[in-house]
Amino acid sequence: MSALRSPKGGRIDRARPLQFTFDGKAYVGFVGDTLASALLANGVHLMGRSFKYHRPRGLLGAGSEEPNALVTVIRDTARRTPNLRATQIELYEGLVAQSQNRWPSLQFDMGAIANWLSPLLPAGFYNKTFMWPRAAWHALYEPNIRAAAGLGTAPSLPDPDHYAQRFAHCDVLVIGSGPAGLAAAKTAAASGARVILCEEQSEFGGSLLDDRNATVNGQAASAWITDTLAVLGKNPRVRLLTRTTAFGYFPHNLIGLAERVTDHLAELPDGKPRERLWQVRAREVVIAAGAIERPLVFPGNDRPGVMLASAARTYANRYGVAVGRRAVLVTGCDAAYEAALDLVAVGAHIELIVDVRPKGYTPGPAEKAARAAGLKIQEQSTVLGTEGTLRVSRIKIAAIDSNGVIGASRSHACDVVLMSGGYTPSVHLHSQSRGKLVFDDALGAFIPGKTAEHSHSTGAAHGVQGLTALLRDGATAGAGAATAAGHVATPIMHTGVALDGNMAGVPGVLPQATSLPPTKAFIDFQNDVTTRDLALAQREGFESVEHIKRYTTTGMATDQGKTSNLNALAFIAGQSNRRIPDVGVTTFRMPYTPTTFGIFAGHARGDLFDPVRKTPSHDWALARGGVFEDVGMWKRTRYFPQAGEDMRAAMDRECLAVRNQVGMFDASTLGKIEVVGKDAAEFLNRFYINNWSTLGVGRSRYGILLRDDGFVYDDGVVARLAEDRFHVTTTTGGAARVFAMMEDYLQTEWTELSVWITSTTEQWAVVAVQGPRSRDVLKSLVSDMDLSPEAMPHMSVAHGHIAGAPMMLFRVSFSGELGFEVNVPARHGTAVWEAIYHAGQAFGITPYGTEAMHVLRAEKGYIIVGQDTDGTMTPDDAAVAWAIGKAKPDYVGKRALERPAMKRLDRKQLVGLLTVDPQTILEEGAQIIASAGQTVPMTMIGHVTSSYYSASLKRSIALGVIAGGRGLVGQTIYVPMPGRDIAVIVSSPVFYDPKGERING
Amino acid sequence: MASHTATAKPTIVLDMSWLESPAHTTRLSFRGTPAAIAAASSVFGVPLPTSACRSATVGSRSALWQGPDEYLLIAPESERTLIIQALTNELSAHAHSLVDVSHRQNGLIVKGPHAVWLLESGCPLDLDLSQFPIGMCTRTLFEKSEITLWRLAPDIFHLEVWRSFTEYVIALLSETARELAA
Amino acid sequence: MLVIHCPYCGDRPELEFSHGGQAHVIRPKDPSQATDAQWAEFLYLRKNTRGLFAERWRHVRGCGRFFNAIRDTTTDQFVVTYRAGEQPPASVVGGAL
Repeated sequence: MSALRSPKGGRIDRARPLQFTFDGKAYVGFVGDTLASALLANGVHLMGRSFKYHRPRGLLGAGSEEPNALVTVIRDTARRTPNLRATQIELYEGLVAQSQNRWPSLQFDMGAIANWLSPLLPAGFYNKTFMWPRAAWHALYEPNIRAAAGLGTAPSLPDPDHYAQRFAHCDVLVIGSGPAGLAAAKTAAASGARVILCEEQSEFGGSLLDDRNATVNGQAASAWITDTLAVLGKNPRVRLLTRTTAFGYFPHNLIGLAERVTDHLAELPDGKPRERLWQVRAREVVIAAGAIERPLVFPGNDRPGVMLASAARTYANRYGVAVGRRAVLVTGCDAAYEAALDLVAVGAHIELIVDVRPKGYTPGPAEKAARAAGLKIQEQSTVLGTEGTLRVSRIKIAAIDSNGVIGASRSHACDVVLMSGGYTPSVHLHSQSRGKLVFDDALGAFIPGKTAEHSHSTGAAHGVQGLTALLRDGATAGAGAATAAGHVATPIMHTGVALDGNMAGVPGVLPQATSLPPTKAFIDFQNDVTTRDLALAQREGFESVEHIKRYTTTGMATDQGKTSNLNALAFIAGQSNRRIPDVGVTTFRMPYTPTTFGIFAGHARGDLFDPVRKTPSHDWALARGGVFEDVGMWKRTRYFPQAGEDMRAAMDRECLAVRNQVGMFDASTLGKIEVVGKDAAEFLNRFYINNWSTLGVGRSRYGILLRDDGFVYDDGVVARLAEDRFHVTTTTGGAARVFAMMEDYLQTEWTELSVWITSTTEQWAVVAVQGPRSRDVLKSLVSDMDLSPEAMPHMSVAHGHIAGAPMMLFRVSFSGELGFEVNVPARHGTAVWEAIYHAGQAFGITPYGTEAMHVLRAEKGYIIVGQDTDGTMTPDDAAVAWAIGKAKPDYVGKRALERPAMKRLDRKQLVGLLTVDPQTILEEGAQIIASAGQTVPMTMIGHVTSSYYSASLKRSIALGVIAGGRGLVGQTIYVPMPGRDIAVIVSSPVFYDPKGERING
Repeated sequence: MASHTATAKPTIVLDMSWLESPAHTTRLSFRGTPAAIAAASSVFGVPLPTSACRSATVGSRSALWQGPDEYLLIAPESERTLIIQALTNELSAHAHSLVDVSHRQNGLIVKGPHAVWLLESGCPLDLDLSQFPIGMCTRTLFEKSEITLWRLAPDIFHLEVWRSFTEYVIALLSETARELAA
Repeated sequence: MLVIHCPYCGDRPELEFSHGGQAHVIRPKDPSQATDAQWAEFLYLRKNTRGLFAERWRHVRGCGRFFNAIRDTTTDQFVVTYRAGEQPPASVVGGAL
């Protein structure tokens, strides 16, 4: 056992040693250690290099407030987590940790040259220096600044772990499990409320775990914790979560909790997520987040070995580790004297206690105890500097006389300096919830004021001091929360006995001999912000604390000012002769501590990123080598390549098969809505541009839907199944929004109509059978219907059976050929698809995919809404104005079409585009110009919306929109591409069978 | 089911006893005026609940409130034609809409001591019995899929999931069930 | 994530809702009688209120109903929700309409 580890005491298990490495060197710790406590027990203080100046840094704290000791933990090649706080890493057998932001080594870091250059790297350095030449920004400055920035290295492999997410609800969520949190949870749970108690650390107890002597109701604190947890654990309405950080307070009492499930384990168990996100909706929230000790600000306060007094207490009492052998305590706060006593208890020598407060204050109980123990105390003094390269070795102390004059300094040898500027309540969550802060003059810090949500700050987070008061305040908050949540609650009171050192302190910089702000007196350790940076910002005219924050980066990033916020405010106040509350506070941002991306992704990655919607032919197509594409959440077959075929060859074959024999296509993804009621036709008259009154039962019509702004929104075939029943189809992507738009008009505009709508998209499987032989294929499968042209003309619909399944058959074509669409209830879809395929063999049937479908429709000039239209096209622009029911008094979008801008002749109109070279295929999205040889910026008159090679026409075809395009038919325009302008002749958008004869078979 | 993450460990044998797929049934979407709803109750033989988010069951038939003018009627598959004919004939005087959606969605039963725990992984509602009692039914979300959630017993839930979302919902529930296998 | 009180289903999480923009924008019964300016106002001009704001929501993953709400845009707290076609309680209207 190392000399720094006490022989007994603390919460580690000395019978269970653990091997671990840091920067490749092997060490031993114990079960119950953190990486930080185990390294300290091995005499290691140097754990990192600072962000900007690469200064050597050791531990400042012992918990989540730690700004310096950020390390990378490596489990395997993929599991490599940077920027973890050594204070929060629980030791496990075989743990491998590395320091960061150093090269070649932590002890000798080339980047530390920045430290010597630091007078040249003031606040705003980058903004001021890299202004010009402008071109150098992208090529030189930004890449180099980015390379120099940041601490750890992000992992390069995909994260192999999985992350779980849960929703949870409770009456009372208690955040933090120190004396106030435990008392709150106990009282709330006893009332019958549903309670969740979460604790950031590995075990419950908070500050009680750091106190050797505290008792509650006469019991040792640790025994009281055990008993309290036993009661809570037996209550089925209570959920206890350790290793769980409340990282964000979201509106309406939604709290984000990050539970670390496996990071502390040597062996990762099967099935367990690495982390679990809890989205907790709490009726009431009790914030018992405690308080964080502040550093003192003096030159060299960031040297390894200079740390918070409270951290030294934690290491001594919880881990049995003396943070040094010869300590100097510098304090402006009574409670810090307890650290000196605790260090003595683990065998350290207290060289000196320096109290920086002006004489005349009333000594607190901890100071009295230290005096009684005979510790050497120097009053009314200041720190002028520290020495030591990779570890503090001396500290310079000077007394201040009654006139405020700083006397001669004296240097004291030491291997650790403990400092305390008093305690800052953790108001982060309260502030995130938009609660107000008020300045507590007695404490010298901000405490929660008016709440914005249903929250109750309590305990040290509320500025309360003294164990009995903490227990009482917690119980009262727990009772208040449970009562507000509708339960009858009585506070369960306890009496605590502890030294109860006073937590008030002296924020800000210690007095120095010069009037200039001292160098290397750090305020924000994580962001490397010194007093000089803050002073410079103020000199340059930044007055608002929000501006100073952004200019200097103080209080920003992952640290969120946990240890620095109040010192920064105090320094700014002192420089500008203001009181701290007059300087104001910046907003605390979530997350409280850094949170993995994985926990937000949860299961939504890989195949579970989104639902994968599959059509009835999916498995069939997959087995035949079908190539798929994503259309919304749907997987659709793009093409069915045969041996040796590329996409183009497959598309050409599929297109020719439809033109010459017959093809089959899975159209199940089309949106379908059943519109039912005596006013169904009237509703559709008002909704679509078409006239539906004249549509007979058993007939269908191509419909166009606008928004009220007059622009094309969706299209589809609408069939009248009965006088009062229509089957409406929509685009695949438009199904949900068209349904929502229909509901909107029915519920809020035309409430007098007797009409209801029902989504039937997934009720029906749809097989399009298209081509000259399509009727022959269906005839061989259908015995109870007359499929003759007379009985079943183009745009008709009828019912029958196919392959034993009930069928709704549409005679309809999106290819320009004779065609049908077979609708069967979805669970028959796969069988019917296969039946059609088998029956079709005799007629050369060819399955085709969305690529061929697109070519076939483009050959006919049929638009695809969303591809050939873009939300700014009128029916006339899209060449579908023929569909308008002109006699109708109104329909959605009609009035907008009357606006002058909608009738201009130079609106972009849909046209066909034929390249002069028939083998050149234009790029979709390419811009169109009127004349060749233009220079940038060119005058663009339109763009290409669809472009394909047509095997039927043995040449390329394209659709596009051009300003006044219909007046340009026959003229040559150009599509500029790198190195050339492609000559294109404007044409009609109908390339194939312009008279439309083939549709009749 | 296809393996859905690279992390799936082959050593886990997943206990799937929490999941059941009930037999195919008749599902009808019924919408209409209050008078039509009252008339449908007597024809269907189950009182269509007028309280929000409640269901009623008589024998093998159930009526689930989906919205103030919208119900999901569930019955054995063999009774489909009979029920459609009866409702169509008897309700001709009342404004309503009846649409067969039997194939639109699938039923799933999630049951057992971990049923609530499994569902809380993706459903944002409070499933405490005091907030989501037996017989309650509602459309809601399970992660990115709409579902209808219907509580049959303290630890038995019936889910109605649109056909093409079913695989997704089962896969997500199975992911969460892996935590139980460990 | 807000909690929104659906007038039919009660308190439900925001995930189940879609926002529907400003409330009480009435589509003219006879649009042909509207001037271009009036029609443009109906189509495009909306308030951007700081404070109480009347807006539409739809409980799309629930009962499917559109309804109205008065929400304080500075605090995200709802004052009241009420069914489509209804007017808000006079006591809370304030500048919301």
